Amino acid sequence: MEPSEIEKLADLARLEITADTVNETAKSINEVLALVDQLKSADTDNVQPMSHPLDVTQVLRPDQVTESCQREKLLESAPATERGLFLVPKVIE
Amino acid sequence: MHSLSIAEIIDKLRKKEFSSQEITQFFLKRIQQNDQKYNSFISLCEEQALTQARAADANLAAQTAPSALCGVPIAHKDIFCTEGLRTTCGSRMLQNFNPPYNATVVENFLSAGAVTLGKTNMDEFAMGSSNETSYFGAVKNPWDLRCVPGGSSGGSAAAVAARLVPGATATDTGGSIRQPAALCGITGIKPTYGRVSRWGMIAFASSLDQAGVMARDARDAALLLSTMASHDHRDSTSMDRPREDYSRQLDKPISELRIGIPKEYFDQGLNAGTEKAVQEAISSLTKLGAKTHAISLPHTHLAVPAYYVIAPAECSTNLSRFDGVRYGHRCENPKDLLDLYKRSRGEGFGAEVKRRILVGTYALSSGYYDAYYRKAQQVRRLIKQDFVDAFKEVDMIVGPTCPSPAFEFGAKGDDPVAMYLEDIYTIAANLAGLPAMSIPCGLVDNKPVGLQLIGNYFAEGSLLNAAHQFQCHTDFHTQTPKDLT
Amino acid sequence: MEWETVIGLEVHVQLATQSKIFSGSSTRFGAEANTQASVIDLAMPGTLPSPNAEAFRYAVMFGLAINATIAKRSVFERKNYFYPDLPKGYQTTQLEAPIVGSGAVDIALDNGETKRIRIHHAHLEEDAGKSLHEDFHGMSGIDLNRAGTPLIEVVTEPDMRNAPEAVACAKKLHAIVTSLGICDGNMSQGSMRFDVNISVRLKGEEKLGTRTETKNLNSFRFMERCIEQEVQRQIEVLEDGGTIQQETRLYDGDTHTARSMRSKEEANDYRYFPCPDLLPVVIDDEYIAQIRQALPELPDQRQQRFIADYKLSNYDADILSANADIAHFFEATAKACGDAKLSANWLMGEVSARLNAEEKSIAEAPLSPEQLAGLIRRISDATVSNKIAKKVFDAMWQGEGDADSIIEAKGLKQVSDTGAIEQLVEDVIANNAKQVENYRNADEAKRPKMLGFFVGQIMKASKGQANPQQVNKILLQKLK
Repeated sequence: MEPSEIEKLADLARLEITADTVNETAKSINEVLALVDQLKSADTDNVQPMSHPLDVTQVLRPDQVTESCQREKLLESAPATERGLFLVPKVIE
Repeated sequence: MHSLSIAEIIDKLRKKEFSSQEITQFFLKRIQQNDQKYNSFISLCEEQALTQARAADANLAAQTAPSALCGVPIAHKDIFCTEGLRTTCGSRMLQNFNPPYNATVVENFLSAGAVTLGKTNMDEFAMGSSNETSYFGAVKNPWDLRCVPGGSSGGSAAAVAARLVPGATATDTGGSIRQPAALCGITGIKPTYGRVSRWGMIAFASSLDQAGVMARDARDAALLLSTMASHDHRDSTSMDRPREDYSRQLDKPISELRIGIPKEYFDQGLNAGTEKAVQEAISSLTKLGAKTHAISLPHTHLAVPAYYVIAPAECSTNLSRFDGVRYGHRCENPKDLLDLYKRSRGEGFGAEVKRRILVGTYALSSGYYDAYYRKAQQVRRLIKQDFVDAFKEVDMIVGPTCPSPAFEFGAKGDDPVAMYLEDIYTIAANLAGLPAMSIPCGLVDNKPVGLQLIGNYFAEGSLLNAAHQFQCHTDFHTQTPKDLT
Repeated sequence: MEWETVIGLEVHVQLATQSKIFSGSSTRFGAEANTQASVIDLAMPGTLPSPNAEAFRYAVMFGLAINATIAKRSVFERKNYFYPDLPKGYQTTQLEAPIVGSGAVDIALDNGETKRIRIHHAHLEEDAGKSLHEDFHGMSGIDLNRAGTPLIEVVTEPDMRNAPEAVACAKKLHAIVTSLGICDGNMSQGSMRFDVNISVRLKGEEKLGTRTETKNLNSFRFMERCIEQEVQRQIEVLEDGGTIQQETRLYDGDTHTARSMRSKEEANDYRYFPCPDLLPVVIDDEYIAQIRQALPELPDQRQQRFIADYKLSNYDADILSANADIAHFFEATAKACGDAKLSANWLMGEVSARLNAEEKSIAEAPLSPEQLAGLIRRISDATVSNKIAKKVFDAMWQGEGDADSIIEAKGLKQVSDTGAIEQLVEDVIANNAKQVENYRNADEAKRPKMLGFFVGQIMKASKGQANPQQVNKILLQKLK
């Protein structure tokens, strides 16, 4: 993977990778990719992908309102709020 | 007092030999006096701990049958949300985060009457095997301060090893309980995936993460796990099973036990001293009546590669919520939305976390999904099948927890892959979702070696039983670092 | 050059559950910002989703209503992208294994024919929050009350060929979800939102043209307008020798224009993968059979029943059956007054015009079916003429009471007394001797037209209250 690809990936992941660490990051990611490339040796024909360790199914919750307003408490964690809203730089659609 | 086990503390509290406030104060003071050496705690909560201890003392005085851990001081890994008590996950991102709620694990200990002393240090977002990725500085191994304690639950492991706390919670995604337990000479158990609720446990890789406990020995681990493990409807992956009292089957003889010795766990990568200690431990088990079977887990060599696709993929999206909007680190003066995201996350996360997010983003991205993510999920099934086949012949699988004893700080610093191979024997149990534990089984160069026991699904009781029987006949678990004061 | 338009719809339907799809927060519309946003909705660290059973039941109801295959095993996936109104940094949705598979709806065309529109699939997902842009000194405010509201996204095949077909399909889907009671259908509150995929190609061409997607349409009128504009735009570009860029466009309901949001090149790589916090949802035949058995009447069934039971025309039955509330209003009115045809006319005429003018739904109408029936009874028994009835209706709409009391209070009762009408006729004949002479001298063929003058004079004299049939009859006798 080239440093330019790292930058594209970092954009997708919304991570700032500073210029002085791009090469080093690319190098270590290439090492990791070389490790995981060993997967190619596995014969996985007709093997179902496994997302969960146990073969179990989802239990559904009854449709009940169980939460009450905790706005003041929850907004305490937020870096910037105004009139009960979280503030962010202008969203342009 | 620091040398008491949890079982002994419970006994003495009930006999009123000391109060919960006394023992809580004792451990708080012990942490304050000694932890600058180890850096095993990120936060201490003296006031809250003493309030809890007072309530425990009142209950102990009033009730004929107080709750299981009434008055016992413990610590939580800083990955569990504690209401009003800073929870950092070892990251700058959450440096000032005070959760508005408690994790189910925390609630379970509170309702059992346990006292929370503080929050233990860890690799950032549980990503690491040496504790060097913590934003709050690395934890030092009490057996040798030049060495790592292992990770990611290095703080819990070191705190128990240094007898700063009788027991602690921890989490294990690829070996984060067992590897530090091995390197610090203590007992640690990761239960079956789904046995302990993940609600309120900050997610690293959701399909692999499982909470467990660190203690001095199997008896204490059984006490803690019995409190910790419960079904929780708030976690869809939590199994609907009744609570278990793991202490009850500890004393069962293990004469019928069939143990499998996987040849792949004794390959060239294994340190000679570690191998010797593990083989001797296996001999001890056979002396207790266990029968050994040579087995093969043929896909073992693919566990680390599969893990380093699946875990980064899940973490890359689990960590998207840390965006500087609702909580957590936010950069100064963002010039626009993209800048807010990129700088807040770029500054808030350390190098290893960023590396894994990038790898995971890559593995899931268009054009690479099948070759990486789907392939890894297929290999995951092959690895699980290895275990399913093995458990047709044996009750338990035994081998080393990690390839070698604790290494020095910086030894694997700039080589992520060398660090990843530290978990070569532990990762498969996470991929398969099996319960596994590590118990001390000897010393190499005066550093502890861990014996790993892997059980079938929901066989935590059998693991703890075997570990306890082993510990009844050996004294590795009672050994402590030499310069312990 | 003759162009053909190809249209497909993606419809977001907010499900009318009490609580959110993955949390126990209320889904009520209009609450103060962030007062219905729990730790789960805010994606606090360590929180996990708990799926709502009712959302699944509603999705299955919809699937059965469009004769779709229902997936016995459905899987939630994560769609990853960063946006401030998306707290987790991913939307939990379904991709590979959606709950509702392929199905179809039938729409009525203007020429009286029926056309089948295929539905590709419908999946369950969570709604996002809202960004508010006004009045935050250059910043945006984020309200997460809506985040986690359950949605089904219905994706049609590109089977529509013009704006009226697309609107008919949208209206049919609206009729189905409101009849099922799984959505309140309130489009101005965003309960149903439409994305329209539009392309054009030369008639006879098989290959589809490059499409654009216009998002954020929340009214049928906007949709029709937007499609017409976009089709026109695409044809102009192509006729000028240009090419259509694949892009996402955003429709602005205030300016009635759409603008480009992002091109294909800027399109996100969403990195879908199965959500590891949730397990596959498995349902069995018995569950599906129970839901099927409890399905309420669907618009198509209701339309057939209205034709059979009330002898309505196909057209009237289609309109009255489309919306469950309107259908109920109609039936209640017809049953109370016994005149289905008049009930239908009044509902589709005056009532519907008033509701449109005031942008109200039938549920918000200021009069009840019983009140409307009371008025219709007075028309049927000739107490009031149609013209006077409209006056009475106005008063009822203003909340002045029921028909009988308004007729009484305002003295609007029709004069049917033969003696009184004879007197009026005689007065008019006496006062208009010249016109009477002209009438009597005129050809038989011209007379009906001339009669109108006398009727007008008589009605004016009676302040509109004379029974027109009687006036005509008596007038003809007297003018002989």
